[in-house]
Amino acid sequence: MNWEIVIGLETHAQLSTKSKMFSGGSTAFGAPPNTQANAVDIALPGVLPVANKGAVERAIRFGLAVGGEKVINRRSVFARKNYFYPDLPKGYQISQYELPIVKGGEIRILTESGEKAIRLTRAHLEEDAGKSLHEAFQDKSGIDLNRAGVPLLEIVSEPDMRSAAEAVAYAKTLHALVRWIGICDGNMQEGSFRCDANVSVRRLGAPLGTRCEIKNLNSFRFLERAIEFEAKRQIEILKDGGKIIQETRLYDADKDETRSMRTKEEAHDYRYFPDPDLLPLEVSEKWIEEIKAKLPELPEAKRKRYQTEYALSPYDASLLTDTREKAEYFELVCRSLEGPAPKTVANWITGELSALLNDRGIDFSQLLISGKAFAKLLDRIKDGTISANVAKEVLHGMANGEGDADAIIVKRGLKQISDAGAIEKIVDEVLAANAKQVEDYRAGKGKAFNSLVGQVMKATQGKANPGQVNEILKRKLAG
Amino acid sequence: MPLSLQEVQRIAELARIGVSDAEARAVQSQLNDIFKLIGRMQKVDTEGIEPMSHGQDLELRLREDIVTERDQREQFLSLAPEREQGLYLVPKVIE
Amino acid sequence: MLNASLKELSAALAQRKISSVELTRLFLERVEKLNGSLNAFITLDAEKSLAQARAADKRIAKGATQPLTGIPVAHKDIFVTRSWLTTCGSRILSNFVSPYDAHVIERFNGAGAVILGKTNMDEFAMGSSSETSFYGPVKNPWGQAYVPGGSSGGSAAAVAARMAPAATGTDTGGSIRQPAALSGVSGLKPTYGLVSRYGMIAFASSLDQGGPLAKSAEDLALLLNAMAGFDARDSTSVERVAEDYRRELDKPLAGLRIGVPKEHFGEGLAGDVGRAVGAALEEFEKLGAKRVPIGLPNSGLSVPAYYVIAPAEAASNLSRFDGVRYGHRAKEYRDLADMYRRTRAEGFGAEVRRRILIGTYVLSHGYYDAYYLKAQKIRRLIADDFVEAFKRCDVVVGPTSPTVAFKIGAKAADPVQMYLNDIYTIPANLAGLPGMSIPCGFGRDDLPVGLHIVGNYFSEAKMLNVAHQYQKATDWHQREPAGIQP
Repeated sequence: MNWEIVIGLETHAQLSTKSKMFSGGSTAFGAPPNTQANAVDIALPGVLPVANKGAVERAIRFGLAVGGEKVINRRSVFARKNYFYPDLPKGYQISQYELPIVKGGEIRILTESGEKAIRLTRAHLEEDAGKSLHEAFQDKSGIDLNRAGVPLLEIVSEPDMRSAAEAVAYAKTLHALVRWIGICDGNMQEGSFRCDANVSVRRLGAPLGTRCEIKNLNSFRFLERAIEFEAKRQIEILKDGGKIIQETRLYDADKDETRSMRTKEEAHDYRYFPDPDLLPLEVSEKWIEEIKAKLPELPEAKRKRYQTEYALSPYDASLLTDTREKAEYFELVCRSLEGPAPKTVANWITGELSALLNDRGIDFSQLLISGKAFAKLLDRIKDGTISANVAKEVLHGMANGEGDADAIIVKRGLKQISDAGAIEKIVDEVLAANAKQVEDYRAGKGKAFNSLVGQVMKATQGKANPGQVNEILKRKLAG
Repeated sequence: MPLSLQEVQRIAELARIGVSDAEARAVQSQLNDIFKLIGRMQKVDTEGIEPMSHGQDLELRLREDIVTERDQREQFLSLAPEREQGLYLVPKVIE
Repeated sequence: MLNASLKELSAALAQRKISSVELTRLFLERVEKLNGSLNAFITLDAEKSLAQARAADKRIAKGATQPLTGIPVAHKDIFVTRSWLTTCGSRILSNFVSPYDAHVIERFNGAGAVILGKTNMDEFAMGSSSETSFYGPVKNPWGQAYVPGGSSGGSAAAVAARMAPAATGTDTGGSIRQPAALSGVSGLKPTYGLVSRYGMIAFASSLDQGGPLAKSAEDLALLLNAMAGFDARDSTSVERVAEDYRRELDKPLAGLRIGVPKEHFGEGLAGDVGRAVGAALEEFEKLGAKRVPIGLPNSGLSVPAYYVIAPAEAASNLSRFDGVRYGHRAKEYRDLADMYRRTRAEGFGAEVRRRILIGTYVLSHGYYDAYYLKAQKIRRLIADDFVEAFKRCDVVVGPTSPTVAFKIGAKAADPVQMYLNDIYTIPANLAGLPGMSIPCGFGRDDLPVGLHIVGNYFSEAKMLNVAHQYQKATDWHQREPAGIQP
């Protein structure tokens, strides 16, 4: 009997605003405890919340990206979620309940069997809680409220994913999207992007099973491991004739297992009601239009366009669009190009250049090579000034800030030797010095040819035009 | 329907207000009198009426995304019953 | 001086007939003499008051004065005040000194007024008698066996006993108007959103509104000029051009249409109160106003709807008092949950605990639609009643409270009887409308009767005009309680 895993994700993306959701406190990460917890954040008597326009604007941007105007609620309502916890100063969290700012939309992911749409239930604005520190004191917990009030967008998917791999693909696509549209820095170590997974299993074709929620998965790897472990656990229980209890579970990365958070299982009754301090949030058509006009071309549109406009494969197109900076760099290079095909540009960007960035631990914004300069480098391969191999060396020089391609070629004397006479002379010398290989070649050992080419390239420090070397060698050996 | 003693205890727990059984019994009858008064609403047909959750029919005003607050930790912490190393202290929270 | 109007005090200060320090001392002495018996103030601090008075005198010397410069004002202890204790009548805030000033306090400080002290009140403004204060009940200056009304009972008693020329209050279901009525002073609850709630400790956020209490409508207008105004820190604060609320005071009332709701003159209204209010209506006719019978058919539902909405909001608003960041924390506890339970059981009085329980229940799973949502729909019906009424009249007039002041302790054991005190005042809070109470005679045991005036949204200037014209024709507002004259 086949089992099917059913997964839905709830993702908290911290919105990249300067100030908090309902106060003018700073959201900067890493400040000493409680130095960024102001009167509103610590819920002094008499203080009141005032909503951050920047956070609302980002939520609208997200809605436009996942579903267009139709998924933006023109009227949404902030509600209070009531519960007691020391890191929740007001005794309630301001969130959105019955009327969220975004309703619907979808995220398209690439799976082994092609593209798949994951539907979104909703996305709503809310404020984060503070942090409880349990280690520093005996019998006490310390409360740091710097994080209290930081704006979050909670993005809730439908239970549309059927494997841990799909869940990871969804989370990665969503992660790329929120960064792409500039609403979240995506820093998972700092908690700017965290997922809760709702996991259930069922026999194929059966109705949905009872789900468990796994909390606070702050890496893609943990997400994958936690879902895999949890699905296996549930299947084993069901196989043994047991029943799944609906509960919240915590993933323990050290033990690679999920376990029940029993202490928090007391019946929750959040007593949601519209926050009387905050009037209904109205979003005008004009504002939506303004935000839409400033929205960058989205990754999905770019992927499609790259396939038609540049004749790239879906794979190349998706590699180029995993970050906005990379895609924009690619387009910049293509626009400045004289000779080579976009496919060559794609290969260079996803290959050598990505490897270089990776090695140096930097991203496109920190790269010292302008798109125009990079195009010039590729042009120099195309026009035969340098070989592709030499171009790699030039590229590193450019990344070090040594100048543009032409300058480095001149300075380091890397210009390709394309003078037939000069090459012929070197070939003659090589043939004279390698009688054994010449004999082998003539005896039908093809490998010997490669060795001779290598000798010529070595003698020219790699600068001889490889095409010409081949052609001259062949001619001489045949002669 | 009148509130049971268990319900009084349940809501007291939700509200984190300690009540003894004797207090719960005393408050139970008062609460039931109050709910009798409140119950008068139920006779009214409110089908299709738009709920009113604010004292005014206006829309939310939004604030520009600007940091306006400075660090006042020492002053705020001085109000706390227990604090140390810049933190508010509470009895250990068990996860 | 103790009986002088704010206008007179302002003139006396400007003409240097008296200094602010002298005036403040005069009232502080009066407070010292009477507060022991009336318990109108929770916190007094002569040094701080006099320091402000000295600063005001400097300002007067420079000629940079506003109408309230140098005048002492008593503030309900619900407005947080930097460097003063702010208790909200509760044990849970018995040690709380706010690091910031409420918007209303900023306004008065900016105008150069002097903080005379912080007045006693029902705990967290929950009550109609000022008996639920952790700091003991306030006594009515007209008879110390009686309550002064509540929750702004300390402010009302202070003005009535001439311990303060003016005071601030807050009104969630009648907490300015009902004590004004029971203590024989004038009080105004403005349109919701006119006075910032920033720094006014929240009871029920969608109903709370700050306002002044004073001896006359003319004084109220002057005080409202200082209190009203946009505040970006309160999302429900209304952005409007500043008005001078005195501008219509002297308009004659000829042609004024006075709406008289039959529902406010039926069962439950005491005869003495009905007679005084009836006489006031005749007085208005003499002044040229016209009586228009109107209906507020849903106003009978206002108390039930209010006792769902206000406790629901309050239960949530009061969750922040948890013994973690400020205020009282229980001495002994087993663990975190026990710390919460004991702190809140010790810190809150019986009425506050009761309302938190009601509010928690009506919002809890399975009851929300039947209680909270239902109450919000009824709230809409009540507001719509007024929309209809104001098509036919300019102001709605009736009794503020069904009876004159009752004896201390008389209703303490019966919350429902206590709640019904506010039956005429609650509808204005639910609708967000401005309302005021002015003295209009005396009833049983020579206790004052209040006349209730409700206006349309932002029609405070009109209401003050109506009240002022009445006060020009009558002298009820100038009567002062016997036996406590200086």
